[in-house]
Order: sequence, then structure tokens, then C-alpha cells
Amino acid sequence: MLDKTGVATPEQVKSRFPQPEQLLKPKAIIECYEDIPCNPCSTSCPFHAIEIGDDINNQPQLNVDLCTGCGICVTSCPGLAIMTAEIRNNLAIFKIPYEFLPYPEPNSIWNGVNRDGKVICDANIVKVLLTNKQDKTVLVTVSVDKKYLYDFVTVRNKNE
Amino acid sequence: MTNKELIIVGGGPAGLAAAYTAAKTGCHVLLIDRNPQMGGQLIKQTHKFFGSEKQFAKTRGLNIAKKLISDVETCSDRIEIICDATVVGLYADQVVNVLHNEKYYKYHFDALIIATGAGEKMLAFENNDLPGIYGAGAVQTLMNLYGVLPGQNIVMVGSGNIGLIVSYQLIQAGVHVKALLEAAPKIGGYKVHASKLRRLGVDILTQTTIQRAIGNGCVNQIETIELDDSWKPIKGTEKLIDVDAVCIAVGLSPLYQLLAMGGAELKYVPELGGMVPIVDGLHQTTINNIFVAGDVAGVEEASSAIVEGYLSGLAAAAKIGYQQPDYQKSIADYQQQLKNLRSGPFGAKIRAGLKKVEAKTNA
Amino acid sequence: MISLILVEGVNNLRIFKHPILDFPKKKVIHFQFDGVEFSGVEGDTIASALYANGIKKLSESVERHRARGLYCAIGNCSSCYMTVDHIPNIKTCVTPLSEGMIVESQIGKGVIR
Repeated sequence: MLDKTGVATPEQVKSRFPQPEQLLKPKAIIECYEDIPCNPCSTSCPFHAIEIGDDINNQPQLNVDLCTGCGICVTSCPGLAIMTAEIRNNLAIFKIPYEFLPYPEPNSIWNGVNRDGKVICDANIVKVLLTNKQDKTVLVTVSVDKKYLYDFVTVRNKNE
Repeated sequence: MTNKELIIVGGGPAGLAAAYTAAKTGCHVLLIDRNPQMGGQLIKQTHKFFGSEKQFAKTRGLNIAKKLISDVETCSDRIEIICDATVVGLYADQVVNVLHNEKYYKYHFDALIIATGAGEKMLAFENNDLPGIYGAGAVQTLMNLYGVLPGQNIVMVGSGNIGLIVSYQLIQAGVHVKALLEAAPKIGGYKVHASKLRRLGVDILTQTTIQRAIGNGCVNQIETIELDDSWKPIKGTEKLIDVDAVCIAVGLSPLYQLLAMGGAELKYVPELGGMVPIVDGLHQTTINNIFVAGDVAGVEEASSAIVEGYLSGLAAAAKIGYQQPDYQKSIADYQQQLKNLRSGPFGAKIRAGLKKVEAKTNA
Repeated sequence: MISLILVEGVNNLRIFKHPILDFPKKKVIHFQFDGVEFSGVEGDTIASALYANGIKKLSESVERHRARGLYCAIGNCSSCYMTVDHIPNIKTCVTPLSEGMIVESQIGKGVIR
């Protein structure tokens, strides 16, 4: 289905999430489902939590215990295929990559969107970070109701 | 006539990389490009590149161009650059003819690297010549080089990496991408690119193609049609989409014309994009001392073009007497990098194509 | 052809803000297209300036007078030929725009004066 539509199946998505109890701290969710020659996520991780190996076509493997959810891999991935996820009380908190204008503003409400491009919920913009190292890929921290943990993937301006 | 040790035709990623490794051996290089600036198609690539650190992974294409150009500038005492210069002739006695500022200049070379890249393919459909119907490169040129929107409501045709990436770039520029059409049953490029588009709300319509364009003086509508599993149009599935631009991203074809003129043996290899030269393991063509690098030798990613450039620069310089002690080690490293880039499932087509162009004996 | 005298520097097909690229304000250049005054900016090619003004039909084909505009935009396909300063067969996609240029749609094969 991914081959035909570009949308990962719920099973594929869930397979990239650690167990909910491991999400008490933010963890990387790496949605790289194909063998592509690429390894910046692995070489960028300061905690060596992402393993690809000598054959850079291998899909990245996350060591959940070493991952601190810092988000460096999120803005390093050329495919923008990584985000971090965390569960805090009744909220799911994500750090997502964003490369459009206008940038979201902290404390604003944007639309929460699923992998099919459909608006599914409100998303609260918590933080917006852009450093030189991120090279114009903004890191946006977003919170949504935790029931959207496996559905939410990005935000969209309410005006669009 | 002026003699040059190594002439490199094309200042894109392959040509720049070749100039650098050749110059580092002490060889004198003349690097020629027909554009006002070096960098080839890289200067329009706003996305971060894949590959590994050796191929500048995670760096935006336009910044890779800057890095390659600044590497070349560190060897400015041995690399001469001429821009706005088109190599219009390649003759049997190791001579090239260069058109620059409306004058012709002839140079004799000891070795030559052709790194002319590839050009856009076209798709046959009714009224495909209407203004507003562009190749993907044209859309990137207008948007990213000149800051001009190619349209405001566009349909993309082709789901290879170029179609997927340019669709994303169009959205970044503020253009509404109404749909992406793909005639095949599957998306051709990396799924991560496709996923980015789907979450932006772009419909990816597989087994769908463009049947005709409609407009007077400029396209304002297209008619799409669905294809069955034998790629035949299914009557009754025609749909109209209002557009003011159409982007055709159906692949690139090597710009082999100088090689044909020079008499290099060529072969038609669909897996590599079209007519490509027969080459040995060091990228030398069937003509002594004429090498190739980049898309002209087979359409791949820019990361392969850069490594092929590094390799052919060293090989060409060695052929004319400039060889560093670590030559064999460097060549082996570049060949291994190319192998790694091509070893995954996306490399299968390239590997099959490259088998067809191996010269009978290795240099 | 509708006559358009545009306010200096304001073209709604120009990109000013972009998430990755910088498009600084540039010097305005004036030119003529088929007898009408237009403006572009420094760094434009003739074709990019015309497209920024919403003009996509550059010339017509020689035999059947079909509309012609950009296809490849980098000097390969020859779709963008126009007559510039009375010289025909100019590839407008790779020719820089300069102040006072006289740009005309090319009808037929062009006349070399």
C-alpha cells in the first residue's frame, strides 16, 4: 500500500513506536520503510542510538534505551521521516520537522494532520526551534490528545 | 593552437569533483560550462541530500554546489574556469571547439572528461506544446533560481524522485499542487518523499496519466485517464482538472552528443536513461584518453555523479602522467562508494544498465 | 495582448519570502515586449522576466502558428526563441535581461538584418 499511495499502514506505523510505557520520555520514531542509501540519522545522533552499519542501504535501528528524544535526527533526516513522541498524562507530545512559511507561533492552535493529509484534531504549538545546525529545518514541538498518538504526523495552518 | 592537459566539459557536480581530484595531483585543468555560473543542476536543489558523509549527505544541494566550487577554488592556480562557453565540437585529433562570446576557440587536449549531464524527456499527449507545460528542471529553474512562480495551480506528471521532490519544492514556494499523476501501478521514487506529499494533502494518482492539455495560448485544463494493468487507457475514466501549469517529470536522457561527434562507442540502455557510452572500470570511453562522469554516463543521483567525478578526475590525470602514490587506494575507495550507493533495491536498475556498458577489457 | 504597466517591483508571480532561499530586493530593469513597457529585475533572463509578468506565450511555431513558451528553461529545447534587439532566434531562457531591451515575439523563422 505504501508503494501505491505513499501512506504507511497502521501496522507499519505502530511497528516504529516503542511500547507506550517507554514513551514517558521522548523517543525517536523513524518512519524509514525502504532500503535507501542514506545514513545522516545515524551519524548525527550524539548518543549513538541509531544503528545502520556499513551498508548504508540498511534501514535504521533505534536503541530505545539510548535515545533521549533530543530531536537532532528529526532535522537531519533528508526525507523528513523522523519525529519524536512522548506521552505526558493525556497528551501526546511530538517534535516534528517543518519547512514552510509562515512558521508556527508558540501557544497557537494549528490543525493536526494524519498521514493521509486529513485534519484530525487541534494541535497546540508548544515550542518552535531553529538553530543554524538545523539548516532551515524547523523543529516544532506540538501537543495533541494522546488518542491520536499513532495518527498525528504534522501540522497545518488553520487558514489553508 | 593552445594545448591543455585536461579539459573537463561541464561544471556540474561530476565536472567540479573531477577538476578537484585532477588538480590535486598537479594536473592543469580547463573547466568549461555553458552557464553563467558553475554548479550544474545542483544550484537549484533546495532539499537535503541522501547518501553518506562522503557524498555530502544532509547538505542541501545548493550548498553542496558551493562546497564543490570552493574546493575547486582552492586549486585556482591549476584550474582555469570558463563560463558562458559551449563546447560545440569534439574532433578526432583531440581538439575541442568552444563557442564563447560569439567567438570560436580551439583547444588541443591531452585528456578529456565529458560531464555534460542529462536533459529532460518529454511525454507525448495532445497539445503537449502549450505554454505552461514545463519540464521539472524548468520549474526548479524558474522558482529556485529566478524566484518566479511557474504557475499557481499545478499538476505534476511522474512519481520518480524528481517529480516527488519538485512537488514538495513547489509547495514550499507557495504553489498549489493539485495532484501527482503516475502511469505505473507503483510510486517510482523514495516513499519518504511520497509520504511528505501525502501529509500535505497532495493526491498521488497511480495508473493515471495525462491524455490531453486544453488551452488557448496557455494551458488551463488537463484531461487525465486511468490505465489498466496492461497500461491501456480505460474509457470512461476521463477527468478534467483546472490548472495553469503542468510539470512533466518523466525522466532524464544523457546529453551524449559530443561523444557521438567524437566517435565514442554508444549504446541505447533504457535503464540508464538512453544513449550512453561504453566505458571501462575507470570511466574511459572507447576513445583513448576521453573519459565520462555523471549523468552523461547513466542517469543516477547527484551523489553518484560526485563520486564518478572524483574517480574520473584521478584516472584521467593518471593517464597523462599525474599519479599520486595512493592512486590505487583512492580509486578502490571511490569504486566501493559507488558500489555502496548502488547496492540497495533502488540500485537494481542502475546495476543492470551498467552491466550493458562494460567495455570488453578493463584498463 | 492586454497592456500592463506594472508598479515597480510588484509582480504577484515573484517569490519574495521562501523557507529555504533568500530573494533579496533587486534593481528594476525596464524593457519592451511587443511594443509595451514592462519591468524585470537584475538577474532575470528575458524569459523569467516575461513569466514574472504573467506572459507565458513567447512566440509561435513556424508552420502551424502554435503557441510557444518555455519547456526546459536551460537552453536545450529551443522552445523559447524570440527576436531581441532585432536579432532573431535568441534563446530567451538563457539570455540575461538588460535595460532597454526590445523583445518581440518571433513570427516565422526570423529575419537576420
